[in-house]
Amino acid sequence: MGELHRHPQVIRFAAKLRGLTLVGVLAASSALAQSDPGAQLSASTSFSALDEIGAGNVQRLTGGPVFATGRFGGQAGAPSAAGDLVYIETGFPNAIFALELAQASPSVAWSYAPEPDGRARGLSCCGRTEFGPVLSGAKLYANTLDGRTVALDRRSGNKFWETKLADLSNGETLASPPVVADGKVLVGNAGDEFGARGWIAALDAESGRILWRQFSTGPDAEIGIGPSFSPFDPRDRGTDRGVATWPPSAWQHGGGSVSGRIIYDPELRLVFHGTGRAAPWDAQERPGANRWTSGLFARDPETGQARWFVAFGARDPYARGGVAQDVLLDAPWKGSARKLLLHPDGNGFLYVVDRVSGEMLAADPFTHTDASPEPAGPGAVAGPVPSPDENVVVRDICPAWSGATGAGSPAFSPRTGLLYLPVSRLCMDFEPRHASYLAGTPFIGANIKVKPPKDGTSGALVAWDVQARKAAWSMNEPFPLAGGVLATAGDLVLYGTLDGMIKARDARDGKLLWSFAATDGIIAQPATFNSSNGHQYLAVMTGLGGGFGIAERNMLDPLDQSAGLGLAAALSRLPTLRERSATLYLFRLP
Amino acid sequence: MRLVVVMPFAMLALAGCQREERSLRLDPPVEAGLDEVRVMSNGIGGAPPKVYVALGRPYENNAFDLDQGKRLYDWFGCTGCHAHGGGNTGPAFLDGWWQYGADPVSIFVSIRDGRTAGMPAFGRYLTTEQIWQLTGYVQTIGAYSAKTAAPSRNDEMQSRPSENRAPATLGALQPPSR
Ligand code: HEC
Repeated sequence: MGELHRHPQVIRFAAKLRGLTLVGVLAASSALAQSDPGAQLSASTSFSALDEIGAGNVQRLTGGPVFATGRFGGQAGAPSAAGDLVYIETGFPNAIFALELAQASPSVAWSYAPEPDGRARGLSCCGRTEFGPVLSGAKLYANTLDGRTVALDRRSGNKFWETKLADLSNGETLASPPVVADGKVLVGNAGDEFGARGWIAALDAESGRILWRQFSTGPDAEIGIGPSFSPFDPRDRGTDRGVATWPPSAWQHGGGSVSGRIIYDPELRLVFHGTGRAAPWDAQERPGANRWTSGLFARDPETGQARWFVAFGARDPYARGGVAQDVLLDAPWKGSARKLLLHPDGNGFLYVVDRVSGEMLAADPFTHTDASPEPAGPGAVAGPVPSPDENVVVRDICPAWSGATGAGSPAFSPRTGLLYLPVSRLCMDFEPRHASYLAGTPFIGANIKVKPPKDGTSGALVAWDVQARKAAWSMNEPFPLAGGVLATAGDLVLYGTLDGMIKARDARDGKLLWSFAATDGIIAQPATFNSSNGHQYLAVMTGLGGGFGIAERNMLDPLDQSAGLGLAAALSRLPTLRERSATLYLFRLP
Repeated sequence: MRLVVVMPFAMLALAGCQREERSLRLDPPVEAGLDEVRVMSNGIGGAPPKVYVALGRPYENNAFDLDQGKRLYDWFGCTGCHAHGGGNTGPAFLDGWWQYGADPVSIFVSIRDGRTAGMPAFGRYLTTEQIWQLTGYVQTIGAYSAKTAAPSRNDEMQSRPSENRAPATLGALQPPSR
């Protein structure tokens, strides 16, 4: 696909970056000092305690592009910084750059670009695809789309180990960063769209050896279901639900990938991860509850044994999956202090779950949705869910398969008590079609047109009041918000848009305080960190790609309204962007 | 009396009704011959098999074969990666921009052997005849000029102008930017 293999090029933006070294870093990604539990939690909330840049002075930010990676498009990973280096992992073919910002313009301290397996390109489909190096001790861990987990020396880029985890011939890829938990590196696969069976694996952080792997479908022994498992839905206490809730053998290619972020709670010693949509999307071909897809697992990182599970999309007939990113929060709930997990789902509901017990406390719609939550409310058990007939078009279903949220991470600010959700308001016409399973080819079975909603705009930033259980405010966006949101102690919410705007809003009322037009679309979460001279920086990666950017990325033809699973036509009004290289932008106060 | 008037027309109509011969399976030697494309060393373009030419390039202009190709296109999941010609993880066909050439040999080889950047090899799933049927159909989606035959209409939600109605136009030999 006309890949541009330019050499990385440093843009001579005579940056006011002189004498810059970075310490006391907080990146928006999970790339935080894993030993610090407080930091780990803030990774899940995407909140930065830095407040030099704030609502009062953000208008004075200066900066611009400082480093072009030479890699074409698809930059979903935020930069992360540690010590005096800033790390970037590009989209496929994945490359990692360590940048030294000490000089006037950044220089490449080292870079790592393994020979890619081209087959992965055809498999890079449809969902959230995010890369980003994870720093822990002297090591840096990263996943590549073509199925590898690597451990590099953070200072030199030398490789310690590499483990091949995903089997491309089955349609499996890796599409999210790993997470480090207690000396282990946890990795989940992607590939629902190809009928790949979802799994999460743990590698030894020192050697890269595989310690355990647990699946999302199949017999209990392969899922990590044992005596310590207590699911929220009482019907899930039976044995081998991962087999019994499927037509014979359908679980073997039933999807449920672990393609969203995995979150580790060091205090509870639990790992949380969503499971993706069931395969095929045509629900007529998979009668049953299709466990354990489109839900959320809590697991013991030591053994991978499941502690609890909650389902979000009953049968998920419109393929929204359950891998949107969760936020961990310790907050009062109806008068008593609780350890909560907030899960904004692709189906448009915000689920509040007690993360110790797996009890579902609330499910509230945060945007217009036709879905019904499963269970139909706390304490209730869902009834049978109608799924559309094969070869019958169901029109104007909202949200579209791409989800009401999920492509980017939400942020929570403890200062405002608001959860900032990047929302897509796209709807779709959906026609289930018969699909046959052929290893390594799509197992979707749906003919889809995606379109803007009948009323209003295609995107929104929704500020959700967790305690009041309603939106405090909502700001319309012309395009779906595909990148993550960052909240800061300076009472700012920051995010990038598909049409290349970087925006800062007042965290309290949503007022637009500052914006910057970049030359390429943005699907990455902004990051912020402090330099050694004590000044705060805002860092944003541009590079349109991922599900929403696929039209631009793969030169799709929007004349076919089903191109890019419908997204090409729905987003054909996106401006044609000039930049063909994922680029780092840096901003600071003068 | 009336019968006398109708009869000559009826006989004429019957005479015009020449049925196209179609066997369930190709003659094995023909099928083997059809596999013998001589492709250029860069994998793009080349000479079609001798049988293919001798048979009068059957898969390009026969409505039945085009239609079979259309069904195979859906059944074998081409839609998942190429949509209905607009593309997805795989490239678009509708725009008439071919990376490996618009000629049947290039298309045949793309389908049979796959391509490096993520096109799976379908040779192991399909017969040679089926690959040719797909080739004819795929070529129709991104054809520069109208063909004399077209596949039947969609039995699914229509998402684009039907094949052969809006031949692709290739501008100044530039890849379309969107
Ligand atoms: C797993 C996804 C996938 C599936 C399934 C798939 N393709 Fe492809 N196809 C691709 C990709 C990716 C490319 C581009 C390959 C490259 O550039 O090397 C491609 C390229 C092609 C090409 C060459 C296009 C050109 O511009 O020259 C043809 C023809 C083609 N595919 C036909 C088909 C047909 C017919 C089917 C169904 C039998 C099919 N493909 C199924 C991903 C797929």
